[in-house]
Amino acid sequence: MEIQTIKSQGKTNKATERISGSEAVVRCLIAEGVDILYGYPGGAIMPVYDELYKYHGKIHHVLTRHEQGATHAAQGYARISGKVGVAIATSGPGATNLITGIADAQIDSTPMVCITGQVASHLLGSDAFQETDIVGISTPVTKWNCQITKAADIPKVMAKAFYIARSGRPGPVLVDITKDAQFEEFDFLYEKCTHVRSYNPLPTTDIIKVKEAANLINAAKKPLIVWGQGVILGKAEEELKAVLEKAGIPAAWTILGASAIPTSHPLNVGMVGMHGNYAPNVLTNECDLLIAIGMRFDDRVTGSLSTYAKQAKVIHFEIDPAEIDKNVKSDVAVLGDAKKSLEELLPFLEEKSHTDWHQKFKDLYQIEYDKVIKNDLYPTKEGLTMAEVLKEINSQSEGKAAIVTDVGQHQMVACRYADFNVSKSNITSGGLGTMGFGLPAAIGAKMAAPDREVISISGDGGYQMTIQELGTIFQQKAAVKVVVLNNDFLGMVRQWQQLFFDKRYASTEMVNPNFVAIAEGYYIKARKVTKREELAEAVAEMMQSKEAYFLEVCVEKEDNVFPMIPTGASVSDIRLE
Amino acid sequence: MSTEDKQLYTVSIYTENNIGLLNRISAIFQRRHINIESLNTSPSEIEGVSKFTIVVNMDEVNIKKILGQIEKQVEVIKAYYHNLDQIIYQISGLFKIKSELLFEEPHIQNIIKESNARIVTVNKAFFILEKSGKKEEIVEMYNQLSKFGIMQYTRSGLIAVTKEEMKISSLLESYNN
Ligand SMILES: Cc1ncc(C[n+]2csc(CCOP(=O)(O)OP(=O)(O)O)c2C)c(N)n1
Ligand SMILES: [Mg+2]
Repeated sequence: MEIQTIKSQGKTNKATERISGSEAVVRCLIAEGVDILYGYPGGAIMPVYDELYKYHGKIHHVLTRHEQGATHAAQGYARISGKVGVAIATSGPGATNLITGIADAQIDSTPMVCITGQVASHLLGSDAFQETDIVGISTPVTKWNCQITKAADIPKVMAKAFYIARSGRPGPVLVDITKDAQFEEFDFLYEKCTHVRSYNPLPTTDIIKVKEAANLINAAKKPLIVWGQGVILGKAEEELKAVLEKAGIPAAWTILGASAIPTSHPLNVGMVGMHGNYAPNVLTNECDLLIAIGMRFDDRVTGSLSTYAKQAKVIHFEIDPAEIDKNVKSDVAVLGDAKKSLEELLPFLEEKSHTDWHQKFKDLYQIEYDKVIKNDLYPTKEGLTMAEVLKEINSQSEGKAAIVTDVGQHQMVACRYADFNVSKSNITSGGLGTMGFGLPAAIGAKMAAPDREVISISGDGGYQMTIQELGTIFQQKAAVKVVVLNNDFLGMVRQWQQLFFDKRYASTEMVNPNFVAIAEGYYIKARKVTKREELAEAVAEMMQSKEAYFLEVCVEKEDNVFPMIPTGASVSDIRLE
Repeated sequence: MSTEDKQLYTVSIYTENNIGLLNRISAIFQRRHINIESLNTSPSEIEGVSKFTIVVNMDEVNIKKILGQIEKQVEVIKAYYHNLDQIIYQISGLFKIKSELLFEEPHIQNIIKESNARIVTVNKAFFILEKSGKKEEIVEMYNQLSKFGIMQYTRSGLIAVTKEEMKISSLLESYNN
């Protein structure tokens, strides 16, 4: 194919160098600032691995134990660093094993470049050994993808891949390279891509819309902000804080928005959505103005759309024009990057305090506290609760750890109860809900931010979906703290069976292995806690460990996560029990 | 959305030439169970830029959302939607008919004359009729001819130009800067 859409940067009197396609791939990665990539070798990608061997020291390849693990590690890396994560795999099964992580990155807007080897171009379409149409398969779950059959196309396509993955609303890109293109020699010259003609990643912020938004905000009596990951991706944490402090607006977050504003901030009123906090969910249907910032009104956030915030005017700050009016119709849509839009909004805002309106949040919090939170954090029954574990981690980490969760009850509990005092501290699979995400994502996060405490929190079910990545932790000496909250159940599904299927526990009970022995089999320090008295000391031991550490906490088997908005119900019909 | 609000729309998509794009665009419709009535791809008035013309039966609220999803694709330059009153369009139909009928059935000659159809080729065994126009006109001709027996029949996708100007060239100009 021809790529005529790239505007080159500056003058091009640089000398070219004759190298192979496979070396070019590695040189492109280095030129893009990639220091770590995650992957698994195989026939069709061997030439690139051979170059990775030669460039050892300049770029670090992490051998995961499964290609899915490579994508989640790349995602964890990307989510905590804000840089593009890179995963690499061979053709056929190697490539198809990437798909879950790619789909996850697509729905959660994570910048990622995946490189796959492909059979030689003369074999394409012949059902050759390990040939799959990975470009076809990955099309609906990538922001962009491309197959390369000629070495000469490698620099331009790679440059375009990184540019597209990281710009605008980020997302995953897949580049499939035939084996002959990897072997072929050509004159290499790398130029970063800064522009693709048909692609407009950053709509310009319209100052008229900003002023309209400001007018609505200044006139509102009961405004509510709901922010999402757009704030973190747009590095707009400070701007958001300034806006909500000046205008005195209570602000709630979606699961992926967590940590952009510290948990302890007085205007932070908690999480919205299915297992979010009581006050922001109920008051969504009472506010007179809903200000959505970098969020996309996912159905897990809105519950029934026909009863969602119908009384309110809606302002939508959003980078992706396709999200405007997709689920919720807005009265004012401000397109553009969150940082810029909020920066421009600030001077037009009047200082307000909305004291009475805040009191409503406090009153409803008290109800949630009495009915749910108190029992979660200070249980009177014998069994440990998941929330207690989070409370202990909070106090020992001062809320500064990056919490990487898997999917299920423990995920909701972690998001509800973890203290997030540093941005980019909640790494979780939000949109896809991918069990198995947590452990490998934590590896990527730890490698990208070695100075941060990274705590992986999984359930006994999801942990076993990618448990083999303990091998990666061991081989890489990644000091990840791995916590499994073991309820011997696929807890979240069991909860639904209890509530909506008359307790018919179809295939949700888990007969679990000796998790401590498994961790120890990988030479990872491990401990199991079954009693409340041991918890604080065990968490302390884990936090003090300089190396990886595995902690299994046996929790109450049949606890439920509340509050809960049953599927199809309205946000204001959220149940406390 | 009630079915009353549905009508035929053409979606005109200007794109970079790209092998995978057809797949990407059709997946957008497929995922949402939207039946594509017809689809045509061709070069456009601008060199190096392709044009898709897709016909769908939808309501306006949803077609706007679809347009957002289409324009979001990296290699899509711009997409527009129009109802049939806003465009000039043509569809063509090809009919293969036994040659002897041309002489045996005087009625066929009338049909050809009245419908402004064109005889593309004639040989001993068969002749080919071509008719361009609105879908109804082609269907009408099919109905008339089918009484006599049609050996082969095919109808093309709809192609259209708009009554209003489409500012693709100036748009591309602005993208380049
Ligand atoms: C790959 C995948 N398969 C199935 C599901 C459906 N699912 C969601 S939560 C859940 C249970 C998770 O159990 P566990 O990991 O033990 O966590 P818990 O809910 O018990 O905390 C399941 C099966 C999923 N989200 N992802
Ligand atoms: Mg469990």
